[in-house]
Amino acid sequence: MYHYDDFDAQLVRERVAQFRDQVARRLDGSLTEEEFKPLRLMNGLYLQLHAYMLRVAIPYGTLNSRQMRQLAMISERWDRGYGHFTTRQNIQFNWPRLADVPDMLDALAEVEMHAIQSSGNCIRNVTSDPFAGVAADEIEDPRITAELLRQWSTLHPEFTFLGRKFKIAVSAARQDRAAIRVHDIGLEVRRDAAGNPGYRVLVGGGQGRTPMIAKELRAFLPRADLLAYLEAVLRVYNLMGRRDNKFKARIKILVHELGIERFGEMVESEFEALDRSEEVPVAAEFARIARHFAPPDYPPAEDEPEALDRALAAHSDFADWVARNGFAHREPGYLAVTVSLKPIGGAPGDVTAEQMRVLAEAAERFSLGELRVTHEQNIVLPHVRKSDLFALWHLLRGHGLDTANRGLITDIIACPGLDYCALATARSIPVAQAISERFADPARQREIGSLSIKISGCINACGHHHVGAIGILGLDRAGVESYQITLGGDPANEASLGERTGPGFPFEQVPEVVEQIVDTYLALRMPGEGFLQTYRRVGMTPFREALYAGAA
Amino acid sequence: MPVLRDASGVIADSWIRVDHAGEIADGMKVILPWSEDFAPPAGLPSFMLGLHLPNDIETAKVAPHLARLGLISVDFPSFADGRGFSLGRRLRNLGFRGRLRACGPVIADQFAYLLACGYDEVETPESLDRRQPQPQWERALRAISRGYQPGYAGGRSVMQLRHQYGMEP
Repeated sequence: MYHYDDFDAQLVRERVAQFRDQVARRLDGSLTEEEFKPLRLMNGLYLQLHAYMLRVAIPYGTLNSRQMRQLAMISERWDRGYGHFTTRQNIQFNWPRLADVPDMLDALAEVEMHAIQSSGNCIRNVTSDPFAGVAADEIEDPRITAELLRQWSTLHPEFTFLGRKFKIAVSAARQDRAAIRVHDIGLEVRRDAAGNPGYRVLVGGGQGRTPMIAKELRAFLPRADLLAYLEAVLRVYNLMGRRDNKFKARIKILVHELGIERFGEMVESEFEALDRSEEVPVAAEFARIARHFAPPDYPPAEDEPEALDRALAAHSDFADWVARNGFAHREPGYLAVTVSLKPIGGAPGDVTAEQMRVLAEAAERFSLGELRVTHEQNIVLPHVRKSDLFALWHLLRGHGLDTANRGLITDIIACPGLDYCALATARSIPVAQAISERFADPARQREIGSLSIKISGCINACGHHHVGAIGILGLDRAGVESYQITLGGDPANEASLGERTGPGFPFEQVPEVVEQIVDTYLALRMPGEGFLQTYRRVGMTPFREALYAGAA
Repeated sequence: MPVLRDASGVIADSWIRVDHAGEIADGMKVILPWSEDFAPPAGLPSFMLGLHLPNDIETAKVAPHLARLGLISVDFPSFADGRGFSLGRRLRNLGFRGRLRACGPVIADQFAYLLACGYDEVETPESLDRRQPQPQWERALRAISRGYQPGYAGGRSVMQLRHQYGMEP
């Protein structure tokens, strides 16, 4: 994985010192609260319902065991001993004191981490495929591009006071595991007919109150033009994007209002006119970063170790966990393993300091020191020898980290909701907990099969409800929580936005509603059909009938 | 009185803002406001003519006049409205070589970004200067030694330094 050179380290150190100074200037009145707000947001510091919240950037979700240990230390020393992994592959601490934040940032800098641009109207943490470097279907490691963009976007002089936040995701595999079609810019690594590397560029996707699937801006952009082209896109957005209404300020609205053709013409003409005289060839910096992502030296491993077969035969819990949470690794003898942060009845994505240390230990002993955070709010141990799986499972099992539910109905994405968030209109986590408990039986979960439930506590859609097979949106209807249900959302290659079933339901009724949807699906599905396939075949009507039959 | 500063410190303002060309007296260096029918007043040399632009101007409209202008002042209606950063870059891209001024309640923490986007000087309201006096602007300029982005740092960006690219040996 990437390691800072002196330039990176100096910049992060200086940014911490700068923020320390900004905090002091806020306290002595040099900066008004209005002026301080974007400065703290660009350092990941929110003011929430009950306290400040610090969102730490985990670039493209990759971290090492030393960093995970430091996160555990930070959560104990300055927070309440836990953290929350987010749908942006980041981690949030929910209870820091303002005066402690500079020290927390110093502690992050010690392990090559920061909170830069994890919030604010700027280019946010670049996200990517949690199985980068592992999956057999990838062209190259997408994190090389993501790291290049992290640096290019960090403290960008021109694009730090945009009209609204700006999110970029990178995929380099046939299967999109980075949801690039619901980002402001989605990049898909491609090669042209001659084998030259480049990108398919998608623009104007996003969730929030006006969800949209991204449109193609360039079918193939040569790699050499990547940074210049993004500069052109961002400049057109910065100058032309709406500033009169915060809810219409994202690039998706600009692309929608201009039309993709007109927007594309403006970008191309900006791009043609750029002064690129000082540009460093992208290939040079790409090659430097790529060395950091060279495949690790895999210790030799048997592809079908006998001991594993014996353990699988003897322990059905273990066998279920391997079957469900394992992900094929392109290196023979290895498997990537998802550690679910969705125990039955738990808060999705929450981990205690003790669990963080266990994850660090697991990575160190069994995954060449590396971990990934997924946008589904789980952790991936990317490089586990098959012969180590049983020992790993034992370690995780002792700390409540062995839930075998990756992709199942209890692997729920949920935003923090009204329990923490100042924007929320309803609770999210308790809804997730109630559904999780309703479907706790592992056999029943397996029978239902892969099914994503995504819950947001307001229309900003941090819980990605638009792209949940079952999406749940919590609203406030005259002081009462009401939950709107959508069906058929999909963040991947066949990206689609969920369709509303009809009027919302009260909090208590949501698990029952989900159960009715599931029962309808089970009754209608053809052999081998997943929920989305069935839904696309039969449409909304039978689900609507099941949910509202009594109401009419 | 608004405060004018550049990278060297607080400086005197030798330009006078006037509402229309009729107010121009001999020897005055003037900043005129933008209007759709703007034309550089005859007989005024470029080093005496400035133009104040709103931040949503269509740059194509002002492009024909750039060679006649000694100064462009770009309006920053609020520090949070970042259009002026891109407008500055675009004006430089179009070949404007005169003095570029950011005008409005921008804050010291944005000073380095403004200079990196092609601005030479910043004109801020007097009230802001009481909260953020000159030492804060100097400190803000030194806070980050170098950014990553080539083309914004006078040849001293991290990416250029790493690869010794396009630099004097």
